[in-house]
Amino acid sequence: MKLIVLIKMVPDVVEELVIGEDGKSLDIDAVRMTLNESDDHALEEAILLKERLGGTVTVVALDSPEVDEALYTAIAKGADRVIKITGIDLPPPTRETALLMAEVLRSQPGLLPADAILTGSQAIDDLDGLLAPLVAHELGLPYLGILTRICPAEDLKSATVLKEFAGGLRGEFEVPLPAVLGVQSAEKPPRYVPVAKVRAAMKSAQIETVPAPARGDRELVCVSAMRIPEEAGAAEMLEGSPEEVSGKLCGVLAERGLL
Amino acid sequence: MHDPVAGTLFGVPGVLILWVAAAVSLTLFATRVWKYVAVLRKARGEVRWDRPAQRLWRFVEHVLLQRKFVREPWIGAAHLILFWAFVCYATTFWWNLLRGLFPMLPIPYAEQAPVVGKVLEWSGIVGLVALAVAAVRRYVFTPERLTRSADATRILILIAVVLGSYLAGAFATSDEVRHAAWWVHMLTVLGFLAYLPYSKHMHLLAAPFSVLFTSLERTGMPAPSEGAVKREEFTWRQLFSGLACAECGRCDRECPAFQSGYPLSPKELMEHVKRLVRGDGGPPMDAAAIWSCTTCMACMERCMCFNEHLPLIIEMRRRLVAEGAVDASLQEALMKLNRYGNSFGLPARARPKWTQGLPAPVKDARKEAVEYLWFVGDYAAFDPRVQPATRAMARLLQAAGVSFGALAEAEMNSGNDARRTGEEGLFEVLMEKNLAAIGKVSCQWILSTDPHSLHALKNEYRWRNGHGRVIHHSELLASLLSGGKLSPQRRLEGKVTYHDPCYLGRYNGIYDAPRRVLTSLGLELVEMPRRRERAFCCGAGGGRIWMEDTVKVAERPAEARVREAAATGAATLVVACPKDLVMFQDAIKTTGLEGKLQVRELADLTAEACAV
Amino acid sequence: MPGSILIFAEHFRGQVTEATYEALALGRELAGKLGAPLEAALLGSECRQLAAQLGAASRVLYVNHPVLADVIPESHAEALAQLVQAVSPKAVIVPLSNLSMGVGTLLGACLKAPSVNFCVDLTVIDGSIQAKAILYGGKMEATVTPQGEPLIVGLWPGSRPPDAGRSPDPPASVEDFAVTLSEPRIKLKSYIEPEAGDVDIREQPVLVAVGRGIQSQDNIELAEELAAALGGAVCGSRPVIDQGWLDLSRQVGKSGATVKPKLYLAVGISGAPEHVEGMRGASLIVAVNTDPQAPIFRVAHYGVVADALDLLPALTEAVRKRRAAAHA
Repeated sequence: MKLIVLIKMVPDVVEELVIGEDGKSLDIDAVRMTLNESDDHALEEAILLKERLGGTVTVVALDSPEVDEALYTAIAKGADRVIKITGIDLPPPTRETALLMAEVLRSQPGLLPADAILTGSQAIDDLDGLLAPLVAHELGLPYLGILTRICPAEDLKSATVLKEFAGGLRGEFEVPLPAVLGVQSAEKPPRYVPVAKVRAAMKSAQIETVPAPARGDRELVCVSAMRIPEEAGAAEMLEGSPEEVSGKLCGVLAERGLL
Repeated sequence: MHDPVAGTLFGVPGVLILWVAAAVSLTLFATRVWKYVAVLRKARGEVRWDRPAQRLWRFVEHVLLQRKFVREPWIGAAHLILFWAFVCYATTFWWNLLRGLFPMLPIPYAEQAPVVGKVLEWSGIVGLVALAVAAVRRYVFTPERLTRSADATRILILIAVVLGSYLAGAFATSDEVRHAAWWVHMLTVLGFLAYLPYSKHMHLLAAPFSVLFTSLERTGMPAPSEGAVKREEFTWRQLFSGLACAECGRCDRECPAFQSGYPLSPKELMEHVKRLVRGDGGPPMDAAAIWSCTTCMACMERCMCFNEHLPLIIEMRRRLVAEGAVDASLQEALMKLNRYGNSFGLPARARPKWTQGLPAPVKDARKEAVEYLWFVGDYAAFDPRVQPATRAMARLLQAAGVSFGALAEAEMNSGNDARRTGEEGLFEVLMEKNLAAIGKVSCQWILSTDPHSLHALKNEYRWRNGHGRVIHHSELLASLLSGGKLSPQRRLEGKVTYHDPCYLGRYNGIYDAPRRVLTSLGLELVEMPRRRERAFCCGAGGGRIWMEDTVKVAERPAEARVREAAATGAATLVVACPKDLVMFQDAIKTTGLEGKLQVRELADLTAEACAV
Repeated sequence: MPGSILIFAEHFRGQVTEATYEALALGRELAGKLGAPLEAALLGSECRQLAAQLGAASRVLYVNHPVLADVIPESHAEALAQLVQAVSPKAVIVPLSNLSMGVGTLLGACLKAPSVNFCVDLTVIDGSIQAKAILYGGKMEATVTPQGEPLIVGLWPGSRPPDAGRSPDPPASVEDFAVTLSEPRIKLKSYIEPEAGDVDIREQPVLVAVGRGIQSQDNIELAEELAAALGGAVCGSRPVIDQGWLDLSRQVGKSGATVKPKLYLAVGISGAPEHVEGMRGASLIVAVNTDPQAPIFRVAHYGVVADALDLLPALTEAVRKRRAAAHA
């Protein structure tokens, strides 16, 4: 099965996020980037499919700080080819990312046609849209997201997928292949790959680089300001030892007739 | 005395019988031993013949003098006696066999030589007494986890017959009895010889070599490898432990994991290796057992045959890690270590935050030269339960006028525990980053408040010149107190007891410095039964602090330990390791000892006494 | 009508979703500020009767097509695009739920119109619409100005109370709108109902919710004791369910249940938007977390910065004492 996985690096929210001098974007030097969590699941799902059905997994990413480690880790997990799109200064908004990736997929030999293009269902910086449907639209492929299972048919012309709805409900859909699939969580949690394997990949594997195609499209949305959300209507904080706090809480609960 | 081999036995010439018996016995013995040797030769190599002088001295100490064993009440003396009795009897056996096989040789039988006979008689009598002591211990006061196998019973009987038959012959009045005794004796020994390599008594042959080829370092770490599951993937020395194991159960009795009810039994680990060596097949060891180990090395400390349980565990863990067979919470901890350099998942920038509230700032060792580079460690820096003790240490150093500084954000987890989960690559990454940061620092010593970090920095980091000069804070405090740079201002009340951290005590032999600190403070120290090299691990080591409990255990190691501490009558349990502090604080809550026992870190207590 | 605010009315199994009412509430406000009409787009198959519930809008455009019986993002986007091109609204608000995920993005792509995701508020500045969106798991709020029309808004649940989007009266007019749709590529085969757990957390008056901060499966026992003392049940955020510490039926959040208990005690839960979505309707929210900056404190009524493992036993004890005293 020929699989392509699109991954994105997003700001690591463990670090304190600092607003840049312009007041409308993140201070990119202060922030660390990490692999988008659902992209990690998309990669895991792709590797699982490869292990089950054979084939190849190609990972495509935009150049970004720390993307190299993510790509080598993908190789260590079992990806066959990793491609980095270079010539990007700042992480572009999702729509631009989708257009760039679609263009590269179309223009680079050996990528399309693929059986499926997997990517994460969403990312924490998807301000102007989700990557999966945008790429699908560009390539004229079917799209479905929030998936937790992908079972390709034997002839690889379609796949049965499970989509998550609210309240634990799931929907079984049949999607023709090739398609763009947004993975919410892989069948199994993303595997652990020992550091030694990643380092070995760094020595033996090559990241292919492709210069970003020129995009002339103007931005359709522009961020005019960014701020840390206020604690509007924030909680009344209770202080003291566990016993003291418990006493206060019981008071509150009793007032409300909950005790 | 008429020659026992002259004449016939059931119509067959005695010499012939002896020849046949000897041939059969020696063949059986040699084939079996050769098979083991072949297995060991096919295994991975390991150099255990360096520093021969040290090794020979170990041999004298622990095989000939049995210094480790002899301390044990009753069985220690009994075993020494039996050992020497065996040496005498074994020597004379070959003598007699030679003489018996070649009757034309102009030599007497061993017992006919003047002193030899007496020596054999006395060692036989004393040996039988020792055997009785051993038998009573084995069958009446059976120690926990001692396998009363049929094999062991056979051995006891065989020894009794060997000694008894000789003595029967020695005190016999008629030639018939003497000859009968002789034949019983010789044939029993030959039988024993043939049986030996099939039984647990193989330890007789293997243990002396175990001692000779022991590890001269105190790390329990095998050389870097891809891990092991199959026989050939282990080293010959790792497999050897299976041959030398006498199935005594001491390791199980000491093991904190086993005693708490976790799936690990160090003894079963040895049995597993024994099965591997014998080629008896069987499934690989259960992963839950492999992950239960806290790497405390109590098993190896107690083992009288110098078996090395820990390298086996590490090798198996390495293979599990290589396959990605790591449970979710450990996986998360390892990923955080790799990404953030600490297991808390906090940004590196947050590392120096513990210094907030100190009267004077902690020097940045990257920017100025210091005498002591303080490698603070993760738990001491990030865990809010430990930070007060870390600050106390900083205040003590400042009050004593010690020149010290830290690496601030550049410090990474030392990698000790990552290495012990089998993630060798992660250890390398952390070590390289730390060495690079430390390399730029100008200092005389590295100070550590964390035994895990201390061990890695001192013994396992690849310093360019020899070993790292690393000192534990208890050692520094002891010298500051004795040198008058710190002096107690307050008398602290109450009895205290002290827990020897595994990585400070068993791994690095530092037992006295913390005790000197406590006595310098004027405290009354009462000792727990399991102290010094017998200390009972808190259960956090080997990455256990990052792992989920997959089984419900009746009593966790830390809970058992705080109960032991409370039973001494002490009101305070003093610790010298951040993880101990955290583990015992939790255990005091879960065992309901709150109000009866408190845990205090050594520096914290010292600061209180010195009003700092 | 040109310049209107158009709401995509989401419905499932014969019910208009709460998210739609929230969108209508916000749309009503926005329309009021702009002096523009509020319209709703009802897409589906033989579901005209649902239009009556969309009275907040002055006009409901009903698109009836068998392909639209269930939400397939590309088909719905195709239909909406045709509708939008005919109606020329100023803005289209699409709820960001699992059900409609992707519809807004595809609509924006079809129309090459500006799109804002994770939107929590819309305001009007000098006659043009400005959106506020939360990014990075709730850690940042971005103010976004669209460069073009219509603005496609992906609305994050919780922006307005749903009641403000309900109306006792039916809409002033319901019009049919015909679309031509291509043959759908994706087919819904079936729904898989969740296995009924032993406890329906939606029925519970008190919920003690555990998150990653509970640290291990063993500690959930502490939460269970407190829940029992309070007469409720334990539920959890997604990470706890993913770990297997709690059954799927206990999950609260975007992909789990939406609950409205009298008391929601969030223990060791950071307050990521996906979880908050499922519980913000609770009458009383008390949050316990070791991180004073945790987003949960923004939605809670009372907060405690403490370790759950310390507080839970103490609170259980206090509750039991109170209860015993009350019954004495």
